[in-house]
Amino acid sequence: MHACSIRNLTKEYVLKSETVRALRGVSFDVPEGDYVAIMGPSGSGKSTLLNLLGCLDQPSSGELLLGDDNVATMSDDQLAEIRSRRIGFVFQSYNLIQQLTVVENIQVPLYYQGKLGAKERKRCTDLAARVGLGNRLTHRPMQLSGGQQQRVAIARSLVNDPYFILADEATGNLDSKTTAEILALFDQLNNEGRTIIMVTHEDEVAQRAKRVVRLRDGLLQSDVTNDAEERQRAAARALELIPTEGAEAQEKVEA
Amino acid sequence: MLWMRTLTLGVKSLWLHPLRSLLTVLGIFIGVASVIWLLAISEGISIEARRQIESLGADTIMVRSVKPPSEKLSANSGVTPYGLTRDEYDMLVETVPTLKSAIPIREIRRQFMYGDRLVDGRLVGCTPEYAEVTRLTVNSGHFISDAENFLRENVCVLAARVSDRLFPYEDPIGKHVYVPEHTDYYTVVGVLQHRNASAAIGGSMDSQDFSNDIYIPIKTLQQRIGDTVTRRTGGSFEGEVLELNQITIRVGSTDVVKSTAALVENALSSHDDMEDVAVVVPLELLEQAETTRLMFMVFMGLVAAISLLVGGIGIMNIMLATVTERTREIGIRRALVAKQKDIVSQFLVEAAVLSVVGGITGILAGIFCRPAIVWARNFVSAAYPDTMAALPDVVRNVTPTIVPESIPIAFGISLFVGIIFGLFPAIRAAQMNPIEALRHE
Ligand SMILES: Nc1ncnc2c1ncn2[C@@H]1O[C@H](COP(=O)(O)OP(=O)(O)O)[C@@H](O)[C@H]1O
Ligand SMILES: [Mg+2]
Repeated sequence: MHACSIRNLTKEYVLKSETVRALRGVSFDVPEGDYVAIMGPSGSGKSTLLNLLGCLDQPSSGELLLGDDNVATMSDDQLAEIRSRRIGFVFQSYNLIQQLTVVENIQVPLYYQGKLGAKERKRCTDLAARVGLGNRLTHRPMQLSGGQQQRVAIARSLVNDPYFILADEATGNLDSKTTAEILALFDQLNNEGRTIIMVTHEDEVAQRAKRVVRLRDGLLQSDVTNDAEERQRAAARALELIPTEGAEAQEKVEA
Repeated sequence: MLWMRTLTLGVKSLWLHPLRSLLTVLGIFIGVASVIWLLAISEGISIEARRQIESLGADTIMVRSVKPPSEKLSANSGVTPYGLTRDEYDMLVETVPTLKSAIPIREIRRQFMYGDRLVDGRLVGCTPEYAEVTRLTVNSGHFISDAENFLRENVCVLAARVSDRLFPYEDPIGKHVYVPEHTDYYTVVGVLQHRNASAAIGGSMDSQDFSNDIYIPIKTLQQRIGDTVTRRTGGSFEGEVLELNQITIRVGSTDVVKSTAALVENALSSHDDMEDVAVVVPLELLEQAETTRLMFMVFMGLVAAISLLVGGIGIMNIMLATVTERTREIGIRRALVAKQKDIVSQFLVEAAVLSVVGGITGILAGIFCRPAIVWARNFVSAAYPDTMAALPDVVRNVTPTIVPESIPIAFGISLFVGIIFGLFPAIRAAQMNPIEALRHE
């Protein structure tokens, strides 16, 4: 079973003066439980691809299958429905709603599904605890560090129990220590069986994925499976950056 | 349930900009309050006008003698008689089938004395039915009786103000009022209650002020004073020969008022040349007043509609600003889950909340219209009595009367305005491309 598979996917942006061909026929499959890093130079179509996978936009041609559904031909409402039930998005700039608290931000996807009972609320606080923000439930995004905000965003992406998590440069704004924390979280999620597709331009980050897809000028350049040992070494290097349990407890006291 | 949450969300985001929301609400508030105020005031004015006309009697027809234009009076023969005659009165009573009663009336400006007190007023000769037809109420004693009229007795009935002036400290009943011009005494047999002025009818009569009248039997007046009346105007005497000033005809029902009026006009066609008789039909005045009222309402409605339009533009303006400001938030919501219609309803709810709050507070302010105006009037008449006295009757007496329909109408319109003017910004918000919205700073 594939979490998603794409066939000859193209995307053109029609502007007044020219037509930008951001994707020019890309095909690959993502099996369930996979962990894919999409790499490539700036402007190569990484974000465009991720937006298509996330049903935020529709391809110009080609097939995009999520499970058994071809989303390439769906209406705006249907796409919203798919986004709300099957996809978790994590953005480079966190994209939290500033007026809302941490839990409220996590609740946003459930809010529109019209199901926000006691059980769901409990789930949201659990998720906040899961990403290490159990004691920050009523804080606003402004009061949090970048890493903390991104963890809220990850919690939010998990709230609808998605088919896969899409992350566009999720660690791009973070320092290496915080990056390590976020990646550790992704590792955990992937170990639990969640499919993750992330865009990155950092090799160190890409090494943590099971597989690296490279794009160039809107075409698939390479699709390589990472060496398992390399992965583990990269994970171990990153782990050294993360403070020990004791230090984390210390941090909690200070906060 | 979901609506409840959308509502809470809307209120919350409005609360983030309290001043801005307040000012927007103010636009609708003023619109709604002015709808109610304008309608209440115009209703008050029209009720007052209607009351004045109705006090003339809707089932009456008034035939008035009018002083003819001077070129119609023959210059050589001194004083020319004009106007209605007693024969014509008898003729009308006998020939008009729908007539129920008819009152001959003669009015003369005179001075009245009691002791050393002197009052200017009007000596009115009439029959006993006069009190009922003109809705005069007797306070003490009785109105002129048939017997007194028949026997041409020297009795009189005083209107309230004359009574107050001539007899500030005594009971007037049984006292004798002196009319110097005719060296006559009249015994007071009754005093009337106070009564507000009635409407001016056509050009033929001033706004009827009954408060300085002294009523005597018409036959007494005819015998003691006669038809020729002289009046001193600036040194010279001016004579006038006139049998009756007015015949007030009463018919059984308002249905036959107009046909009877036509008949009466026909019967009195001999006066057409002199133009010395006018027929006044209060019912027609009432109908005119009704038309005027409707026109007034339409006009006021237009004014109110404009003010609500301005309020609506205010809402649209603020909603467009909000949408631009919250582009990023909209992008986030859309990217995560929200359908276009979710975004539409979110912004629509905000616009509706603004307009409904404006509407409700506007209605509350509207309800205070009456006490506010009454208070303002009392204040002005206490502080500037002269200014107040100079104002026309209708303005002095008007009591704003809230038109009950104006409340749901005003509320409905404000909600409608909110939704209509909120719709465009809301749709605009919903149609934004989520990816571009997310890129917005
Ligand atoms: N909304 C858009 N309108 C027009 N051109 C776009 C739009 N989004 C992306 N592009 C163009 O498509 C190409 C791929 O963009 P993108 O997918 O954002 O690249 P990457 O994320 O790999 O840097 C670029 O040339 C970019 O300028
Ligand atoms: Mg990009």
